[in-house]
Amino acid sequence: MLITITIDGCEVSVPKGTSILEACRMHDIQIPTLCYDPELTSDGACRLCVVQIEGNHNLPPACRTTVWQGMVVQTQSPKVRAARKTILELLVANHPLDCMTCQKMGNCFLAEYAYDYGVTGEIYQGEKRKLPIDDGNPFILRDPNKCILCGKCIKACSQIQGKSILDYSFRGFNMQVSPAFNLPYNESDCDFCGSCVSVCPVGALTEKHMVGKGRPWEIKKVQTTCPFCGTGCNFDLNVKDGKVIGVTSNPDAPVNGKALCVKGRFGTDMIHSPNRLTTPLIKKDGVFVPAEWDEALDLVATKFQEIKNNYGADAIAALSSARCTNEDNFVMQKFMRAVVGTNNIDHCART
Amino acid sequence: MAENQRILVCAGTGCASSGAHKLIDALKLELNKQGLEETVSIVGTGCQGFCEKGPTVVIEPQQVLYCSVKPEDIAEIVAQDIMKGERVERLLLLDQVTQKPLSTMSEVPFFAQQHRIVLKNCGVIDPQKIEEYIARDGYAALKKVLKEMSPAETLEEVRKSGLRGRGGAGFPTGKKWAAILPTPSDKKYIICNGDEGDPGAFMDRSVLEGDPHSVIEGMLIGAYAMGVDEGYVYCRAEYPLAIKNLEIAIRQAEEAGFLGNNILNSGLNFKLNVFAGAGAFVCGEGSALMASIEGRRGMPRMRPPRSTVSGLFGKPTVINNVETWSNVPHILLNGADWYTQYGTDNSRGTKIFALTGKVNNTGLVEVPMGTTLREIIFDIGGGIQNGKAFKAVQIGGPSGGCIPEEMLDIRVDYDTLTKAGAMVGSGGLVVMDETTCMVDIARFFLDFTQKESCGKCTPCREGTKRMYEILDRIVKGEGKLEDIDILENLSYTIIETSLCGLGNSAPNPILATLKYFRHEFEAHILEHKCPAHSCSALLSYTIDAEKCKGCGLCAKNCPVSCITGEKKKPYVVNEDDCIKCGTCVDKCKFDAVVQA
Ligand SMILES: Cc1cc2nc3c(=O)[nH]c(=O)nc-3n(C[C@H](O)[C@H](O)[C@H](O)COP(=O)(O)O)c2cc1C
Ligand code: SF4
Ligand code: SF4
Ligand code: SF4
Ligand code: SF4
Ligand code: SF4
Repeated sequence: MLITITIDGCEVSVPKGTSILEACRMHDIQIPTLCYDPELTSDGACRLCVVQIEGNHNLPPACRTTVWQGMVVQTQSPKVRAARKTILELLVANHPLDCMTCQKMGNCFLAEYAYDYGVTGEIYQGEKRKLPIDDGNPFILRDPNKCILCGKCIKACSQIQGKSILDYSFRGFNMQVSPAFNLPYNESDCDFCGSCVSVCPVGALTEKHMVGKGRPWEIKKVQTTCPFCGTGCNFDLNVKDGKVIGVTSNPDAPVNGKALCVKGRFGTDMIHSPNRLTTPLIKKDGVFVPAEWDEALDLVATKFQEIKNNYGADAIAALSSARCTNEDNFVMQKFMRAVVGTNNIDHCART
Repeated sequence: MAENQRILVCAGTGCASSGAHKLIDALKLELNKQGLEETVSIVGTGCQGFCEKGPTVVIEPQQVLYCSVKPEDIAEIVAQDIMKGERVERLLLLDQVTQKPLSTMSEVPFFAQQHRIVLKNCGVIDPQKIEEYIARDGYAALKKVLKEMSPAETLEEVRKSGLRGRGGAGFPTGKKWAAILPTPSDKKYIICNGDEGDPGAFMDRSVLEGDPHSVIEGMLIGAYAMGVDEGYVYCRAEYPLAIKNLEIAIRQAEEAGFLGNNILNSGLNFKLNVFAGAGAFVCGEGSALMASIEGRRGMPRMRPPRSTVSGLFGKPTVINNVETWSNVPHILLNGADWYTQYGTDNSRGTKIFALTGKVNNTGLVEVPMGTTLREIIFDIGGGIQNGKAFKAVQIGGPSGGCIPEEMLDIRVDYDTLTKAGAMVGSGGLVVMDETTCMVDIARFFLDFTQKESCGKCTPCREGTKRMYEILDRIVKGEGKLEDIDILENLSYTIIETSLCGLGNSAPNPILATLKYFRHEFEAHILEHKCPAHSCSALLSYTIDAEKCKGCGLCAKNCPVSCITGEKKKPYVVNEDDCIKCGTCVDKCKFDAVVQA
């Protein structure tokens, strides 16, 4: 069933049960949000998406207000913009303005909205948080002073990763988001899947190994499939000057959405590792010696042929890897059956 | 000696802390000594309400009220009052005008002008004995309802009574109960909200301590009307006596067949649990309270869904305040028509107020809705302490506002108070006199709310903190004129955009004080003066050379030795070093120190 509502003077029709925010996004009407994520449940916590509804004295959040027939909504009235500005002023007043060195600059929703609304944080100066930074693990850098307490990381951890490592602690102005007992990440049961990082709207959670490696506008994003396992997660390789500096989630990834595992998200350092093999090695007189591909493949083919001739094809078996794609594994079994001539083919992930 | 003599000793939390249990011990000893242990009974009751004069003792049936009784007074009370029927005059209250002793409760204005429905049994029965509750019509309403009325008729009676929630918002109780009916569910819950987090409020505690069965009976009637078989009483853990008395009452009610399965052969099943909440103001908010019972962090959530659709453990739930539940048996026993004779058109019945602050008779008072503030504060409360002038009264705690002298004649009901910028709230009434600084009071309440904010939504978490900081600066004389505008702007944003009632109402005390006492803000900011002479940072101390006799007492007592002088000559305060403690004012016997 369609419901007709008026947003900023324009009539639009949306399905019953739609929130004002969804209705606006369907019609390209911009509403700022900090705690909303379509993949997570919505709490209406940041209050940035407030709108004015005719007949309603208060300013309800668009993300948690369902449309009704004949609703008249203002998303940009002076009253709405003033309220949003005050909320942003309050956030910025309690925020380290490190934008110059912050890894999130260029991708930061707080900085973007502050720019849009002309917010400086000067009006409400007072006490500021001075909490210790959590950098005790190799993957995630957590700066609680930049946290705007939107709660998205908490929900990503419980609703996407299913770990529930994070939650709120303390209350009021002293509230924080952290693992239980305010422990650092590496002392918690965290999987380091980085789902929390992928949803953080500000620089409170960042990929540690990317810090200082590049700005968003210098980075080319290349969508690819993760090489680590056969699940086939997609993500964006972040490439700067022809080098992969890290991985970020691609929300449109068909298999996995924003979710990844620790290897996929943080394991790309192997790409440019000096320890990587770049040529085949052949053991000669007990020592590995670099060789050409032709020489190496000829050697393997000769040895297989020898074994097959002397002992029969069933003396050869192949074990392929879950890290390979379906196609790789298909080719592997085809090779064993059609070329080598055996059914001795198995796979590490067989149960 | 009169027959049926009973000695009622108030053993509510207030009087217990001022020595009620020692009185009970002394009474037992004395009655034994006189051989009266069989004929005179001693009852440790719940709060009698007159906390200012506690511990209080009432002799029944004559209703003699003895105030501020000490163990050493006991022998005299027994010998003179119990045995000879003569009053111990020095322990009686004096009439404020005639200074004559008032020998019975009905002569004491504090009691005479109240109308006790909910507090009917508080301070009269032993709350740990179900027989005493039953003897005063206890569980008669339940019996009547189960025997003579259908659930729908029961609900209709509550609706007709016009009862509105006593937990703050004043939502019509019958309407709320009806809202749980349409949602089909295998399980539904009712909850009694006894979190009572407002600073200074203690009516719910007193009802739970002094008359726990009335709450249980109210919930049973609700369970019947709504078709619910399980309930919770959420009581803050800081109320150990309330929890204890409630648990005893539940056990006794189970044994008597009022709780459990097939109650009084009616087919009604009801199980009642007590949950001790660990002291957060925000846990009094319905959805936070339910999260807390479920074992989660006590944080409010957005509606919809309403709790009548998805509440405790995701099941349809009705939550009502202690006082609301406690009204229910009276309504059902006496009928809605009886109930509607009390109160005003839109606010029926009575309301309990916790009267505190600079008023002579602090304590619990129950009056019909629509009673004026003047009647409560001056007639029942006995006026302002030490003959000072009345300045304002804060109603509704941290969500309410202050009402100035000009408005003392407004009627206390939901709508009138809200219009005046305050609210009934839970019923805290804090009386302030001329020495109270209104800016400082506003700061006090903001300090409370900013600490109690759960932190979930931005305007409340960050905004109340900034409001507190600004008020703190004003109180210290560091405020700027634009701070008033900033406070007002922040107030409206917080009210309009916060997620729950805490944020929606946190700025009320500021807006009300700005409305009625703006000049006090301006005096602090522009003149660096506190008109009430209360904000220490803005006070100055000087010695009037004319009046000073040069005795040196002030200098001797000044903790930072900033007063100097020669004997017999006027002394001088070195204002740079003065820490504004005011010791010199108290010490000077000649009123020579000027505080300004
Ligand atoms: C911050 C906050 C604190 C509250 N504290 C209490 C409380 O201590 N006791 C109470 O009965 N209601 C409290 N309430 C109101 C409850 O949310 C709820 O409205 C009430 O318990 C419903 O009962 P009633 O309809 O009988 O008033 C509070 C509300 C808010 C927003
Ligand atoms: S998180 Fe955003 S606003 Fe904060 S310092 Fe980083 S870029 Fe700036
Ligand atoms: S990295 Fe994954 S498991 Fe660890 S806290 Fe973040 S979301 Fe939870
Ligand atoms: S760390 Fe990031 S995602 Fe988590 S609450 Fe803070 S701002 Fe939100
Ligand atoms: S208004 Fe305050 S108490 Fe209520 S949800 Fe927001 S932060 Fe929490
Ligand atoms: S105590 Fe009073 S009279 Fe004595 S020296 Fe001080 S100001 Fe003067």
